[in-house]
Amino acid sequence: MAVQLAETAPPPAKASPSSSVMAHAFKDAVITGLIALGLFTPLIGFETVIIDGALGLDYRPGTLAVMVGIIFVGRLLLNLTVWSPNRKPSVRSGPTIFDRAGTTIGPAVKPLLLAFAVGFPFIAAFAMGGMNESRYLIDLGILILTYVMLGWGLNIVVGLAGLLDLGYVAFYAVGAYTYALLATSAPINDFFAGFLGETFWANWAFWICLPMAGVFAGMWGMMLGFPVLRLRGDYLAIVTLAFGEIIRLVLINWVDFTGGGAGIASIPRATFFGVPFTAGENGFAALFGLQFNPMHRIIFLYFVILALALITAFATVRLRRLPVGRAWEALREDEIACRSLGINTTNVKLSAFATGAMFGGFAGCFFAVRAGFVSPESFTFDISAMILAIVVLGGMGSQIGVAVAAAVMIGGMEMLRNLGFLNQIFGGDFDPSLYRMLIFGFAMVAIMVWKPRGLVSTRAPTIFLKERKAVSGDHVKEGHG
Amino acid sequence: MTAAPPPVTAGGTKPMLAVRGVKTFYGNIMALKGVDVDVHRGEIVTLIGSNGAGKSTLMMTIFGQPRAREGQIVYDGRDITKMPTHEIAQLKIAQSPEGRRIFPRMTVFENLQMGASVDGFGHFDEDLLKVFDLFPRLKERINQRGGTLSGGEQQMLAIGRALMSRPRLLMLDEPSLGLAPLIVKQIFDAIRELNRAEGLTVFLVEQNAFHALKLAHRGYVLVNGLVTMTGAGRELLERPEVRAAYLEGGKH
Repeated sequence: MAVQLAETAPPPAKASPSSSVMAHAFKDAVITGLIALGLFTPLIGFETVIIDGALGLDYRPGTLAVMVGIIFVGRLLLNLTVWSPNRKPSVRSGPTIFDRAGTTIGPAVKPLLLAFAVGFPFIAAFAMGGMNESRYLIDLGILILTYVMLGWGLNIVVGLAGLLDLGYVAFYAVGAYTYALLATSAPINDFFAGFLGETFWANWAFWICLPMAGVFAGMWGMMLGFPVLRLRGDYLAIVTLAFGEIIRLVLINWVDFTGGGAGIASIPRATFFGVPFTAGENGFAALFGLQFNPMHRIIFLYFVILALALITAFATVRLRRLPVGRAWEALREDEIACRSLGINTTNVKLSAFATGAMFGGFAGCFFAVRAGFVSPESFTFDISAMILAIVVLGGMGSQIGVAVAAAVMIGGMEMLRNLGFLNQIFGGDFDPSLYRMLIFGFAMVAIMVWKPRGLVSTRAPTIFLKERKAVSGDHVKEGHG
Repeated sequence: MTAAPPPVTAGGTKPMLAVRGVKTFYGNIMALKGVDVDVHRGEIVTLIGSNGAGKSTLMMTIFGQPRAREGQIVYDGRDITKMPTHEIAQLKIAQSPEGRRIFPRMTVFENLQMGASVDGFGHFDEDLLKVFDLFPRLKERINQRGGTLSGGEQQMLAIGRALMSRPRLLMLDEPSLGLAPLIVKQIFDAIRELNRAEGLTVFLVEQNAFHALKLAHRGYVLVNGLVTMTGAGRELLERPEVRAAYLEGGKH
């Protein structure tokens, strides 16, 4: 339309008279309003209702008028402000304020966040006025940390090695089922009961299965890695997506082994390194002379997942400085150049898949012990998509960005459940939780418009001479020399 | 020319790199139709040819990607025809691929580090200083990302990265691509210097026939997947066919 044409044309030497701009903007807004009217009349104008058992139509001209009005006014305002031909294009160069803020306050942010994460259960208990009252917050903290860990694990595959993996949930599932199957296995229990005591396996299963879950998931990562070695980008994404679904379908259909859709229940709970969180005299509370409280276990779980997440982060930071980590990053940048430098790209890809999968397996094992129940329902594509969204929104390859994105995505989603106060504005029938996905979608679009490379888009060099310099991600196109 | 060219026919001395009757296919299309090329120790050998002649294909075939369907490639007495690419690189053949292909989001320092990964990091500091001597511009840009360098600087980085592995044979694919004449001269001076001072063997694939043949001890002309001419660099430069096809805009 006229206004958009004016935008693409070379900027006029003199600003066009404001009256013609106004007229164009108005005309454009009217046309948009008419299109909206055409679209919304069937979509919003009619409502199907049941009248005497039969389907009838109800008309909602008021709602329709409001929606069209919003579109008209919104378009008009945009035409006069953001899309106005008189508006000077903003020229940006150099790191943005966010990038500069990232480098100046960045070093302080990490210890502060870490301190907050460590102190969180106590802060929550204090703020809510008691351990039992803080259960919801600590559960939320556990959930966020689980996603932080999954995000950091997937970050190795997607952010560092540049291999787009849409089936990461498969490794989460492998880890969870590893623990669920081994911990509830009667033969293993009987085997240990023979010489280490009846309760040995129930008490120690988690700590023995945790490394095994990582190993198994890593092996599955390798198995996925082999057939997809030659694939990149979209093709790789499709195959990994299929892999995630295959694992879930196997879990549903192999009823004898996995329990099928009913899942596996009564999985042994986590113990304090062999000391169960029970009220009895061998329990955790009695051992430390505390009063028994079921929250002890929850808080302990919080610290377990915090430790696991920190191990993931620490391992990633260390690996980035080793030749294998640098090779991952080089592989993301240019595979052909990697080969010509004598890097065995097969090994590099497999190691990235296996390492990422291993951390996914740890997280899965933790999930099983926290929930005490696993079923294929927990490992749908939604989870993969959520983890990938966390990695992309956080800024691929950035640790702190992924952590912030996980907190925003998971915490934000939860917070949107608690929008009860909106009822006072919109009346009692209004259910704000229905709109949380909409708000969430808007937030994601907004991030991608303003920060297309994620919240933290600078890549810190692993090695530098004299001074560390961050260069804005905007300057460098990915994958192009 | 800076040094007397070794004899064209290798009398007694075996060539460092010998390509014998190599045929390479892309699907059913034969890109190389039986190519013979020799590179002797301490030489600069240039391969010229027009677009689509198969120059880059030959270079990549030597590196095992794509693989030669027929023929043999021998390096230092070892048959490398069927070796995986990364093992070929470990034999101290370094390649600066076409289009530079530096790692854009990694710094200059990290790019150079990647080059050293074959050799290990035993001589890293020493080699780094050598690369900085050759290309002082890289030293100024050490903490800058590869993608923010200019084209000429990126080419310097690509060559520097290849040199970090202490190669015995350096293969360069069109180092003059898209560069201003002054920068091309700098790059070619650097190649000549490497060859003169350290006796580095260089195999150069070029479109820029004039500069490349002036620099080279020997040259090959590749047309449609076949070597049609070979001889000393200056000699080729004077041939009317070469002048017509590559130097005077193709009058014939």
